[in-house]
Amino acid sequence: MSTEHAIIIGASHAGAQLATSLRQSGWTGKISVVGDEAIPPYHRPPLSKGYLNGDKHSDELLIRPASFYEKSDIDLLLGNRVTGIDRDNKCITLHDSASIGYTKLALVTGAKVRKLSNLPGHELGGVCYLRDLRDVDQIRGYIGKGKSAVIIGGGYIGLETAASMRKMGMNVTVLEAMPRVLQRVTAPEVSAFYSRVHGEEGVNIICEAAVESLQGSGNVQSVQLADGTSIPADVVIIGVGVMPDVELAEAAGLEIDNGIVVDEFARTSDHDIVAAGDCTNHYNPIYQRRLRLESVQNATDQAKTAANTLCGKLEAYNTLPWFWSDQYDLKLQIAGLSQGFDRVVLRGDTEAGRSFAAFYFEGDRLLAVDAINRPKEFMMTRRALGSGQNADPAKLADESIEIQQAFS
Amino acid sequence: MPQIKFITHTGEEHEVHVAAGTSVMQAALDNGVPGILADCGGACSCATCHCYVDDAWVEKTGKPDDVEEQMLDFVMEAQPNSRLSCQIVVEDSLDGLVVRLPESQI
Repeated sequence: MSTEHAIIIGASHAGAQLATSLRQSGWTGKISVVGDEAIPPYHRPPLSKGYLNGDKHSDELLIRPASFYEKSDIDLLLGNRVTGIDRDNKCITLHDSASIGYTKLALVTGAKVRKLSNLPGHELGGVCYLRDLRDVDQIRGYIGKGKSAVIIGGGYIGLETAASMRKMGMNVTVLEAMPRVLQRVTAPEVSAFYSRVHGEEGVNIICEAAVESLQGSGNVQSVQLADGTSIPADVVIIGVGVMPDVELAEAAGLEIDNGIVVDEFARTSDHDIVAAGDCTNHYNPIYQRRLRLESVQNATDQAKTAANTLCGKLEAYNTLPWFWSDQYDLKLQIAGLSQGFDRVVLRGDTEAGRSFAAFYFEGDRLLAVDAINRPKEFMMTRRALGSGQNADPAKLADESIEIQQAFS
Repeated sequence: MPQIKFITHTGEEHEVHVAAGTSVMQAALDNGVPGILADCGGACSCATCHCYVDDAWVEKTGKPDDVEEQMLDFVMEAQPNSRLSCQIVVEDSLDGLVVRLPESQI
């Protein structure tokens, strides 16, 4: 065994993948994964679904069991917070002042929730965020059949949480500041579809809502809007976005610009330090621009690139972003990035039923698809965009034409 | 505990034992079997856990549901015995199951 030591900061999706890929790519030195939670890396998407409603136990969320890391000779240093990185002496410091030396370092610190710290009443009991397991454990103390939830933020996290709570028999209100839900990420037709379905399922969605304060004594009891409306609440979930967690990287003097700036090999401005996942600002060759993505796909794929880099195999990161979101019986699968679109082509009916695909174009170029209960459209588009193919809008819109025929 | 044999595209064999109730996908991950990516963690959303069920086991593992079937139409190198391994739950009746793994998932 060599004397090399790779330390991975963040026991996350990216952290689990990076450690595993390092071993698979032939790293013979020591590997340590440092995480502040007590549990090995786990799947986050079920937090707002199966874990929230109690269907899944935390053991079932683990990406791999603890025994896997043991067998792979990967040390999990759980329950540890890293307080600093000393690049000159190549060591990290833990919360208990312990210092550990590294030869290579990986930052997979992810993102942290944007907090509404100026909102009056934000400190009341029952006011929660939803990012990690501890958050959901806290939320679970306030939820149950017949109780009322107010969700601030009509993004994916907010809507998934609304769906889960509704299924539990709770009264659910979603407050969105913008004119429509999912405004930042989807076309108006898709937003309207999600509003309709949530309405059919009994969720009360209020757009252009200005939240003035959270009321209660001890625990939250209601949410007060600027127009005078008061909405009863046993629990308030705030889901208004995340910010890359760049604190350690910034303090260590690494280049930061809406995330930790990395090159195509996932290297930071210090080439002994790589970074991957939600915390990075990286270049995407398919869309020819720098991106910061919040997704499992980016976390795992970029982690593989970073692991290769640390093993001396420089392979440029080049993947098509894709995402998914499960709400009720809706399986949304997204391939590509729709930002910058100027036209939406619909395949299927958005106004009735629960199955269609929205294809996003910029001029003649297909950028992305939102496929709702349309796995074929998702799979075909993911493959096509990944290999540089384009599609014919007229054929996409015509359901009598097989989806494959629309791509060239 | 039921035993599953994974055979990679290069012919490498991995025999693992897993508790009933585990998915074939998770069985691969838990034991470090290469070739299963499982990006979505078993939500039947990504089709990166594609496998070929050995002909002798096709009937016992059952048929894919509609969503899985549509995803399978577009995986690389699909075959009639293609499945998404996240959708096969290991039961005692599957003791001895043999699955082969494709060369590439995406």
